[in-house]
Amino acid sequence: MKLIPDLIKKITDNEIWKSVFRHGYADTPRNRVLQIISNVWLHLHPAKVREHGTKIRFTWCMGGITFFIFLFETITGILLMFYYVPDVNRAYADIVDLMYVVPFGRFLRNSHRWGAHAMVITVSIHMLRVFLTGSYKPPRQFNWVIGVVLLVLTLLLSFTGYLLPWDQLGYWAITVGTNMARATPLLGHEGPFAYILGMRADNDIRFALLGGTTIGAPALLRAYVWHCIAIPVIASALMMMHFWRIRIDGGISGPL
Amino acid sequence: MEVRAESKGLVEFKDDKVFTWPTLVAKEFLAAIFVTVGLLFYSYVVDAPLRELSNPGQAENPAKAPWYFLGLQEALVYFDPWFAGVALPSLIIVGLILIPYLDVNPKGNGYYTLKERKFAVSVFVLGYIYWYVLVYIGTALRGPFWAFFWPWEKWTHDFPTPPPLHSMPLPLGIILMMGFYFAGLVLPAMINRDFFNKLGIVRYMLTMGLLLTMIGTVIKMVLRLSFSIKYIIATPWINI
Repeated sequence: MKLIPDLIKKITDNEIWKSVFRHGYADTPRNRVLQIISNVWLHLHPAKVREHGTKIRFTWCMGGITFFIFLFETITGILLMFYYVPDVNRAYADIVDLMYVVPFGRFLRNSHRWGAHAMVITVSIHMLRVFLTGSYKPPRQFNWVIGVVLLVLTLLLSFTGYLLPWDQLGYWAITVGTNMARATPLLGHEGPFAYILGMRADNDIRFALLGGTTIGAPALLRAYVWHCIAIPVIASALMMMHFWRIRIDGGISGPL
Repeated sequence: MEVRAESKGLVEFKDDKVFTWPTLVAKEFLAAIFVTVGLLFYSYVVDAPLRELSNPGQAENPAKAPWYFLGLQEALVYFDPWFAGVALPSLIIVGLILIPYLDVNPKGNGYYTLKERKFAVSVFVLGYIYWYVLVYIGTALRGPFWAFFWPWEKWTHDFPTPPPLHSMPLPLGIILMMGFYFAGLVLPAMINRDFFNKLGIVRYMLTMGLLLTMIGTVIKMVLRLSFSIKYIIATPWINI
């Protein structure tokens, strides 16, 4: 099997290649370290990690995949925002356009939708893995707490996106979901002890979530802003802490 | 060899570090490619659902929340909305957040083991499975009017009327509920003093309180399905 080395030599060992890339990559320990620490994206990692931390049978790679899907969702989401207006008169038509008119629109929407479901699954498997390896134990207790909040934010990201197509599926799913808020003890107008705070349909916690007593234009706009801006910003801030804490707390957990 | 200070004294720490580049980065890169290809392939084959334009006047039947909330929606069959939709998810989130502070077992930090942490692993895994069983029932086995259908049955509107439900008499309900939590908190501490002493009273009460609430939801489901019990405690203000 000399095919690949030969091919590489053929491609790189000529004047044109050498005029573009002045020298090759020497696989030395020093260069392996520099690859990580001199790269703004890769220096999220330490230059060296404990061997078990690179084993997929230990990490299942689920945290990294969850982060990757978040990036995937960000990119497809930005592209979708070019075509979608969160207006009750337009939203559904915009989605239909995406499905039938916009080039690759169907592909874009499908991958955003399935990516969202995949992220919920991978984040929950990540939590299972972290539990089974006891990785929340000292000194990593607080990173588990951040992780639980990120899990909730992942569910809320997906949930707020559910309403945006403005179809029957999303409308009634959000109806079922937000009707729960009505029953919040003290704060929802149908909840236990709500009379103490004088809760009505037009001033309780569900009203605050929807911006109205029914799901209408304000609810769609709120879902959109939470989905596209507010929750991603909060989640990004927490992700920074989550990843930074892995380093600060002594790297990926492992047997001593 | 690196030496790391531990509370129990100095422990020799094995240096088994490898270069992140290329060992880890290559795997991450491959994982990213596989995930992308998988997502794009699935998106090419299966269309995202899109139903007709939303119509506030015509409710979907069954109207279902997104699948990851269907465990909670399934719990609505057995509990009032304030519990299934608000108190229960809040308790789950608080319980998850508390885990690192309740689990004082120093063993099993950074490796897979069932033997060294039987209680923690079995409770968490059972809870995890319980959540997804409810999600499965809510997603696949609930049809119009949230009626139960086996996977091989066709969803119809023609299902037998469920039996009438009745609540327990209030004194009996209160006695049962208090007895359940009292026995559940006191008996394990008496039988396994070691377990109680290791946790201390605050951690013990929180751990067992959360565990008993999880078990309690199963008991309520069993009571409903076998004895048609609507509420264990029924008052004009709050029902459980």
